[in-house]
Amino acid sequence: MYIYGGIFAALAVAPLFLNPYWVDVLNNVGLYAILGLSLNLIVGHAGLFNLGHAAFFAVGAYTAAILNTQFAIPVLWLLPACALAAGLFAAVIARPIIHLRGDYLCIVTIGVGEILRIALTNDIFGITGGPNGIFGISRPTVFGYVIRKPHEFYYLIGAFLMITIFLFHRLENSRFGRAVNYLREDETAAEGSGIDTSHYKLAVFVLGAAWAGMAGDLFAAKMTIIAPESFSFWESVVMFAIVILGGSGSIPGVLLGAVLFVGLPEAFRDFADARMLIFGAAMVVMMIVRTEGILPQRPRLYPLPGSGGTGGKA
Amino acid sequence: MTLLSLTGLTKSFGGLMAVNEVSFDVPVGAVVGLIGPNGAGKTTVFNLITGNHRADRGTVLFEGRDITHWRTHRIVKLGIARTFQTIRLFQNLSVLENVLAGCHCRMRSGPAAAMLRTPGARREEKAALERALAELAFVGLAGQEMQLAKNLSYGSQRLLEIARALATEPKLVILDEPAGGMNEQETAALIGTIGRIRQRGITTLLIEHDMSLVMKACERIVVLEYGSRIAEGTPEAVQGDPKVIEAYLGTED
Repeated sequence: MYIYGGIFAALAVAPLFLNPYWVDVLNNVGLYAILGLSLNLIVGHAGLFNLGHAAFFAVGAYTAAILNTQFAIPVLWLLPACALAAGLFAAVIARPIIHLRGDYLCIVTIGVGEILRIALTNDIFGITGGPNGIFGISRPTVFGYVIRKPHEFYYLIGAFLMITIFLFHRLENSRFGRAVNYLREDETAAEGSGIDTSHYKLAVFVLGAAWAGMAGDLFAAKMTIIAPESFSFWESVVMFAIVILGGSGSIPGVLLGAVLFVGLPEAFRDFADARMLIFGAAMVVMMIVRTEGILPQRPRLYPLPGSGGTGGKA
Repeated sequence: MTLLSLTGLTKSFGGLMAVNEVSFDVPVGAVVGLIGPNGAGKTTVFNLITGNHRADRGTVLFEGRDITHWRTHRIVKLGIARTFQTIRLFQNLSVLENVLAGCHCRMRSGPAAAMLRTPGARREEKAALERALAELAFVGLAGQEMQLAKNLSYGSQRLLEIARALATEPKLVILDEPAGGMNEQETAALIGTIGRIRQRGITTLLIEHDMSLVMKACERIVVLEYGSRIAEGTPEAVQGDPKVIEAYLGTED
């Protein structure tokens, strides 16, 4: 607890001591942390391999960009619209494929991600601006205050990340959170215990996608320009790796994963050539020595009688 | 009064007739045993009742309602819970959470209620926890709540499956070889547990190879061989039935 408090305090004042470049790096870390947490619901908690998460991020970002530039709706007001668009898109594509197991689902989600990226590049419906994307997205305003500089975005993204952590922590420790864990552990047993497995797979997929859609809104607002290249397969891979290496099903793990995957490469920019090599080696080592991730999911605690009200030992 | 009624239930896998025109009734409050040599189709019958397999023909009536092609989770909610022959626990989750899985279908709160932690969701969570602890105590696993399921002994894992099934508040529990892998002492305790399940007014249908358990615990026995029902009756009647003796021991020539 003290550790988390200390980290939180340090991060709260960090922009005062960092130059705009590093604040922007932290903004990216925050954005990927939100994306990682949303994917963690799907991959970490439900065990559904989704390697196309960038598609939902893209749907959110493009929804924000189109509605903002065409109808001048303030970007932050568009958060629910982005969530809805990404969630609907996920529901439509997941419905026929969600029953696929493991690697099959993985391949289909890769396909979906690529199809969407190519569709965006080809200016689908004439509204996505083709390869150039959409520019001129307006700056977000909070109570009339326009958010423009990196350190201002820092607090906006930070606030959204905090809300995400808070809500997802509660979600993990609930009937819903347990249900998706059951289906990850053993689908037949889950169904046999009375859990509607296909409903929960779809629900968790849509929820994770909707959250990525909202992250897309923040991304569009931060960049003011979005283009298909921001939503490539590589982005999906990074999000996936954040979850798997950080710790499947663990909020602290995913946060650490985001720092390692998005923050560290910036710190090692000088070794740009060797960066991927070091990264690849680190991943191989991880997968051998600690397959459950750096900070794996911990058992939930329950208020058991006779254990002081905080739950028994593991 | 009949709780569960199977009529002409048939299922084949490729060319193999696993279950052939099987019919029998399970009366309310009874303990019924389903026995037969290996490969007789006992587990397939269970899988047809609980919706894990789809029947080719025939019907399954539960409280007069046709549930033949229902999906498993709906059947559980209606009041049929089961255990598995090959233990299927959530191995990496705690003992307590395994039982909470059974409570799931009697709860309602969704993701929004969880995020907002509504009073209703909290109340429901508290009630589920109490129920899960009670079921663990009922099968004799009190005090092991926070163990991981995979760390339990084989016999305890079987008991945990029973606790999970009971947590669904079933009218009928279906136990697939509950004494499999248990020693004599554990089996004796299990017979006691089955008796107490019955005292709670829950009907039991079980598959078991341990004949001492079957003869002690069951009041009615159905015998299957090659997918067909060859005998049905009280333990004494079934034990003396020449067809049953032949199925188990073979004929002299």
